[in-house]
Amino acid sequence: MASVDTSMTSKDTILKVEHLSMRFGGLMAINDFSFEAKRGEITALIGPNGAGKTTVFNCITGFYKPTMGMISLHQKSGKEYLLERLPDFMITREAKVARTFQNIRLFSGLTVLENLLVAQHNKLMKASGYTILGLLGSPLYKREAKKAIETAAHWLERADLIDRADDPAGDLPYGAQRRLEIARAMCTGPELLCLDEPAAGLNPKESLALNTLLRSIRDEGTSLLLIEHDMSVVMEISDHVVVLEYGQKISDGTPDHVKNDPKVIAAYLGVDDEEVTEVIAEVESLDGGAKA
Amino acid sequence: MDYFIQQLVNGLTLGSIYGLIAIGYTMVYGIIGMINFAHGDIFMLGGFAALIVFLLLTTLFAGVPVALALLVMLIVAMLMTSLWNWAIERVAYRPLRGSFRLAPLITAIGMSIVLSNFIQVAQGPRNKPIPPMITDVYHFGEVTIQLKQIVIIIVTAVLLTLFWYIVNKTPLGRAQRATEQDRKMAALLGVDVDRTISITFVMGAALAAVAGTMYLMYYGVAAFNDGFIPGVKAFTAAVLGGIGSLPGAVLGGLLIGLIESLWSAYFTIAYKDVATFGLLAFVLIFKPTGILGRPEVEKV
Repeated sequence: MASVDTSMTSKDTILKVEHLSMRFGGLMAINDFSFEAKRGEITALIGPNGAGKTTVFNCITGFYKPTMGMISLHQKSGKEYLLERLPDFMITREAKVARTFQNIRLFSGLTVLENLLVAQHNKLMKASGYTILGLLGSPLYKREAKKAIETAAHWLERADLIDRADDPAGDLPYGAQRRLEIARAMCTGPELLCLDEPAAGLNPKESLALNTLLRSIRDEGTSLLLIEHDMSVVMEISDHVVVLEYGQKISDGTPDHVKNDPKVIAAYLGVDDEEVTEVIAEVESLDGGAKA
Repeated sequence: MDYFIQQLVNGLTLGSIYGLIAIGYTMVYGIIGMINFAHGDIFMLGGFAALIVFLLLTTLFAGVPVALALLVMLIVAMLMTSLWNWAIERVAYRPLRGSFRLAPLITAIGMSIVLSNFIQVAQGPRNKPIPPMITDVYHFGEVTIQLKQIVIIIVTAVLLTLFWYIVNKTPLGRAQRATEQDRKMAALLGVDVDRTISITFVMGAALAAVAGTMYLMYYGVAAFNDGFIPGVKAFTAAVLGGIGSLPGAVLGGLLIGLIESLWSAYFTIAYKDVATFGLLAFVLIFKPTGILGRPEVEKV
């Protein structure tokens, strides 16, 4: 299997997860899971409910400390970070990994604009001399504050939310809140953006707009890692798909490869164990055994 | 009528002090959902720091201008209590974050006992009087307004404006409000949550120190157990105004100050606390979140 060979880190790998395991008491949520995400690509993590996709995300973004394994992030500048060892706020600040959540976690009492400004907190805090210079009206702080608002406005424009900048984030409709979460994550200036089911609950039109937004983010140089159930989104936009079942990787490759992988089909359709071999035999006979 | 206005001024002065202390309760509650019962003693500590500075200044530099002395007292008291509250948070509350809700509450009561006993041992159990600092009075008909009352009200107003500005308009305040709403998410966006919480304790302590200094200047006396009653009153003020709300804390403080002085003036002074806590019960029955508090909407 060519896909398991991850021992060599190529130059354009941004995220490398090696032998990741996460145990909750007696439950092995993730079991010896390894994969790589390439820079400038959209990598999708899919799998049936309960496969452990969100757990993988939680390990990458510092929510959980993994039981075993290594998660390394390689920045454009050549810097490397071991994410499982960083405290949570450093993951965004230093390693430049941002994420969104399956259930929306906006600061609903803050305005839309403020949500985006919180995401630029570190820059602003430094520029305001930890508030003191800011209170004295330092020109550096004023300049930085203006820049931060411009960045926020840029992403509000992209997310089509510019008209609602001063409304409380909690007042936005669902689809708009999802876009705002992405905009907020982008305001941290990430190299890797992790999206947990960005299309959940969107109507087909919103889902289409989301595809365009995600593709344009990728084309501007931010790599994406996403969990998604909506196969139309996954197959449409991902460059690379990793399939997880019961905490283990069962397939890894291009969307087309994965779509035709009998193990994946079996996992999604719920075939018994004995039948898997049958399905494999069937598919192989169809392709004439020419599977790469 | 003159008598009423006189009581109004007295009430506002007292209420300003309660309001300053109440902000510390409300900010800490807002950001980590915990009642810092040691806050009243932080206020007392601020009073003592100011007292020591005052005694040092007046012995070392006799005839130092009152305004300057007051300024130095304020600054030193703010620094000292900030340091204390920062250390308390670090030692007694931070290790318990993520533990069950009652644990930090209990250590808070413990810290309160530690502080008042520490001052009792270090400074003695007796009341410590200072000579009156500001004695000027103005007469408007029958109404007498003391200069120190004006000073207290002005200092309070200025500080409240400053704090309101910090919380609502600066990156620090934004981080505080974000941390208040979703601590984990704030951390994921790069906010150093632990530091933000520490700063909140420091800010609360600084205001308590101002209140302590004003209290000392107003009554001219400090005692190791001074923290308890004003602490409880300020806590009541924070709950009355809606805990977690900054304007609510001030409003609650002013209301309690006014009720105390008006009740003492028109009814019996012995029952002024009954009136205060009676009002608290009354408000909580009809508006459980306090006057300006927002009800917590839990989304499913």
